[in-house]
This record gives sequence, C-alpha cells and structure tokens, in this order.
Amino acid sequence: MTTPTRQPHPTTPPPPSTAPDPSVANAPAPAPAPGPAPANAQAPAPVPSPLPVAAPGPAPDPVPASAAGPAPVSGTDDPLPRPESAPAPVRAPRRVAVVGRWLRAGLLRSAAILLLLAVWETAPRAGLVDATFLPPVSEVARAWWDLLGDGQLGEHTRASLTRSFGGFAIAVVIAVPLGLLIGWYRPVAAFLGPLLELFRNTAALALLPVFVLLLGIGETSKVSIVVYACVWPILLNTISAVGNADPTLVRLARSMDLSTPRLFQKVILPSAVPVIFTGIRLAGAVSILVLVAAEMIGAKAGLGYLINASQFNFAIPQMYAGIVTISAIGVAFNQVLVTIERRLSLWRVPAA
Amino acid sequence: MAKIVFESVTKTFPTKDKKRKEEFTALDGIDLEIGAGEFVVVVGPSGCGKSTLLDLLGGLTRPTSGRILLDGEPVTGPGLDRGIVFQQYALLPWRTALGNVEFGLEATGVPRRQRAARAREFLDLVGLTGFEDRHPHELSGGMRQRVAIARSLAYDPDVLLMDEPFAALDAQTRESLQDELRRIWQRTGKTVVFITHGIEEAVYLGQKVAVITSRPGRVKEVVPVSFGGRAAGATGEDLRSSPEFARYRHEIWTLLHDEVARAQRLEKEEAAA
Ligand SMILES: Nc1ncnc2c1ncn2[C@@H]1O[C@H](COP(=O)(O)OP(=O)(O)OP(=O)(O)O)[C@@H](O)[C@H]1O
Ligand SMILES: [Mg+2]
Repeated sequence: MTTPTRQPHPTTPPPPSTAPDPSVANAPAPAPAPGPAPANAQAPAPVPSPLPVAAPGPAPDPVPASAAGPAPVSGTDDPLPRPESAPAPVRAPRRVAVVGRWLRAGLLRSAAILLLLAVWETAPRAGLVDATFLPPVSEVARAWWDLLGDGQLGEHTRASLTRSFGGFAIAVVIAVPLGLLIGWYRPVAAFLGPLLELFRNTAALALLPVFVLLLGIGETSKVSIVVYACVWPILLNTISAVGNADPTLVRLARSMDLSTPRLFQKVILPSAVPVIFTGIRLAGAVSILVLVAAEMIGAKAGLGYLINASQFNFAIPQMYAGIVTISAIGVAFNQVLVTIERRLSLWRVPAA
Repeated sequence: MAKIVFESVTKTFPTKDKKRKEEFTALDGIDLEIGAGEFVVVVGPSGCGKSTLLDLLGGLTRPTSGRILLDGEPVTGPGLDRGIVFQQYALLPWRTALGNVEFGLEATGVPRRQRAARAREFLDLVGLTGFEDRHPHELSGGMRQRVAIARSLAYDPDVLLMDEPFAALDAQTRESLQDELRRIWQRTGKTVVFITHGIEEAVYLGQKVAVITSRPGRVKEVVPVSFGGRAAGATGEDLRSSPEFARYRHEIWTLLHDEVARAQRLEKEEAAA
C-alpha cells in the first residue's frame, strides 16, 4: 500500500574541526568505519521495499538478503545438515561430510572479514595509510581490551543498550497494537496513509533538535528519538500486513460465521506475524543506528559518546574500539531478530 | 419440502464504468429447488455467475432481489449449517493439515479434547492419514483440496457448497477425488451443491445438472441424470464410457455450446460498441 522509501540515513556528523588536515582525515576514516557501520545502515533500506507491497509471497527471500552477506549463508547452511543426518546407517561418513561442508561454509563466511582485518593490520604498518588516523587493528584490539578492563566499555555499552532496547521495546508495544487497529479499519488506514508516509520519510535525526528542544538533553529525548525512529517500520509493516491478509481466508472465516475478534485472532494476526516481525527487525537495526548518532550530541555516556569523545581527545584506537563494539552489537542484535523471525515464518518458507 | 429454494434471485453489481451508469446483472431471476440429500451440479460458462450463486447461498453476499430459503427460512448470513469448499483451497498456511481441519471445529465449539480425534477421523475419511502434521506448502494440490473438504465435512454442515474444487487438479487426481466425494456423499447423506465448468464432471457427479446461461445468469435447464449403470454399481471408466453417459454429456454440451457461442457473440458486440 505504502510506497517504500528510504530509511533515515544518519549522516555521521562531520568530525569537529580539531581533526588536523582534512585531506588526511578523510582518507583513513572511510576505510574501516564503513566496513561495519553502513552494512547496518543499508540493511533497512532495501528491505521495506518488497515487503509492504507484496507481503505474503516474495517476502521470505528479501528477508535473509537484508542481513547483507553473512546472515543468508548461515541461514541456508546451518539448518540443513541436521535434518539430513537422520538416517542411522550412513551417519558416520555423512557427519564427516556435514562437518566438512560446515567448516567450508564457515571459512567462506569469515574470509572477507579476515581479509578486512588483515588489510587493516598491514596497511597502516606498511605506511599505506597514516597510522595516526587508522591504527593497526591490533592496537585497536588492545585499546578495546583496556577499555573493557577498566570498566569504561561496559558502562558505555550498558548506557547505550538501555536506551536503545528501552526505546525499541516501547516502540514495539506502541506500534504493533496501533498498526493492527489502523490496518483493520481501512478508511482509517487510507486517511492516515499520507501522514504516516510523511513522518516515515522525515529522517528521525533531523528531528533530534526538536526533541532536544522539547525534552531537554537528557535520557528522555534520547529514548524518545529511538522510539520515534523505531515506530515507523513496525507501524507501517503491521498496517500493510493486516491489509494484505489473504481475502480468501477472510471469506473462509466469515463463511464459518466467526466474530470479528475471532477472525482477528485466528486469521489476521497469525498471517501478519512474519511481516510484522520483519518490521520489528528493521526497527532493531534502526534503534542502534539512531541512538549512536543521538549520543554524539550532548551525552555523558554511551558508545556514541565514547566514539565522539575519543575522537575529540585524539584517542584514535579507543574511537575505533567503540565503533567495532557498535557493529558487533548491531550484528548480534540483528542475528537474534533474524533467528526469531525465521522461526515465526517457517510456514512461509517453501519446503525447498 | 425442498432443502434449498432460490426464488427469482437477482444479483447486480454496480459497474465501475462511470459513463454508462448502469448496473451489471450477474444473476437474473434464478429459480432453483434442491431437495435434501441431493447432489446438484451447476455448470455454466466462465463468468456466468456460478461463484456469485454460491456466495449468495453461503450468506456471504445478499441478493439484490428475490430470496433464498434454506429449510424454509430465508438466508440472512453465513452459518455453520453450510460448509464452503472454495475454488482456491483457502487453507491456513501456518497450520498443519490437522490444524486446518480443527479450525472448522473450533468455530462450532467442539471441546478441545475431542477436536484432534475428530479431525484425524475426517482426514482419514479423505485418505490423508499420515499427513496430519504437514503444512499446506508440503502437500500436493489434490491433498490440499482434500484437507479443505475434510475441514468442511468435519463440522458437519447439512449442506456442502463446492466451487470448482477440482478445477486445478490433473485428470487422475480429479477422477479419484470425484469418486471419493461421491462415496462421502452417499455415506453422509449431505446436500451437495457442486459448481464446475466441466461437463464430464457434471454428468459423472450430479443427480441433477443445472445449466446456467450467461449475461445475465439464468437457469437454462435442469437436467436430471440417472444411470442404469450407476445403479448397478459402475464407477470410473465403466460409467464414463457407457452410452448413457455419452448421451447426457452430449445433451449438456449442446445446452452449453449455444451458451458459450452466445456469450462470445455478446462480448464481441460489446467490444465493438
Ligand atoms: N464483487 C463484484 N463486483 C463486480 N462484479 C462482480 C463481482 N463479483 C462478480 N462480478 C461479476 O459477476 C460475473 C459473475 O462472476 P462469478 O465470479 O460469479 O463468475 P463464475 O461463473 O464463478 O466464473 P468462473 O467460472 O470463471 O469462476 C462476472 O462477470 C464478474 O465480473
Ligand atoms: Mg467462479
């Protein structure tokens, strides 16, 4: 129903003027940071397009695809071996083959990352890039370890996760029921459609100053911006999931004289779950994305603050340690949500 | 007393065509009587209003004029005394075969503990024992249709309404399901209204075949079908190759052929206008 559109792309705030010589500062930054960060940033963008438009059918395909690279591989290779190892007689040789395939898949999957790490380690050492701005990965790892040791990393991570999970959870609690309601009353959906489209296309971060203005610089405004950014993918997916419920199934339910609440409970809701959950997964990515950016403006704790403050203090390895932590959290959170999503959508995946 | 009576039932749809502001008459003055326990087949060219007829009987839509009586009472809405088998299976894809059959039982308020047993019994009736735990996407088209039939039978409606249920199946599967359906009908004594556009299917299944004209849909003729061979227990190829069968087939073919020709002529005229 709603035309898919870009997700808010947080333009990473340009480094404050302390960064010496912009021509050099530009060179190293894109190298490691884009590795993990935009992988996250891009994930939400392509997905919503196929989803709200054609909910039931083609969705399962784009879903793993969105996990950019690693996820689909793990998805197809992981679950397969187990059911296959069922027959007893051939178990031993087959298990070897399975383990072999597994290893190969694992190797293939980690190859690109290992390569990136290798380049990251050697390029600064070989003098290809300025080691001041892109320290070798081993140095970053040491900084990460030190940050972990003195409790700073834990503290900032806790601050960030509390905000983003809190905001995310609030968004789920608000957006799912609201989406179900709006989706069910088609005139309401039609009425609100353009408005929702407008809000969805207003980059959440563009509104950050407004949030700060209204709610101050503290926790409230940060959690609020996360809630705001997370609400849209969930809300829009939920609305379209309800609207796209198979009309034949609705007719079936009506022919059995099911009451509206029953129809909702037994037909609409179960059929909408996978699409709703796709929205939830997108929101999960967005929650981290938006929060980190928000923390770069007027925060005293959080990973975004850590990154920004490290850069300000010229503690470059610490800055990268923060960035790496964020990508790891993003990947892990996404993986959890993808797993749940797949579990919930099992019936949609054709028995290939 | 007749189980189902159509009394000059008319159904019109508003046309999207703004210029001509007329209504599209899908069904025009349908009169039809169906006795209790009868197996009636409705045949007609595509678009003549067969599904509309079934929707009306199922209570999913209301007639524009006229009325439909079920056991002497006018039909005012859907009810569990009628079970519909839809043209497109209409299985809940997130439920297993068993769960889909239970769906109908949940609606009737069969106690939870009895549902599974009852659902199994009906899956067995349609020959799907062993497939209870499969999801629809793990079943063949024929199996899906049998699940849909089992679901409609399980909550024990008096009337079974079937909208081209076998249209999407291959010939072999279709023929075996036809036999199964007749067996079930004989065993349960339900009233069956079966819609098809297949002449052979109509002759093979029906006690009565109602031929519908198109644009607007009217009952052209109701052909009673009775075979000497069937009384003697003949089924399948024996019956299909009998001269009686050929005669009925030809009779209905002729009735339909005129119809199809007329419908095509009308369509051409309309396109030219
Ligand atoms: N909701 C509706 N609004 C407008 N026109 C409709 C509607 N439903 C059906 N029609 C029209 O009524 C006519 C009869 O439709 P119906 O679906 O009953 O045909 P049918 O005999 O079942 O055809 P088929 O054999 O192809 O399934 C068609 O011309 C169709 O365009
Ligand atoms: Mg039809």
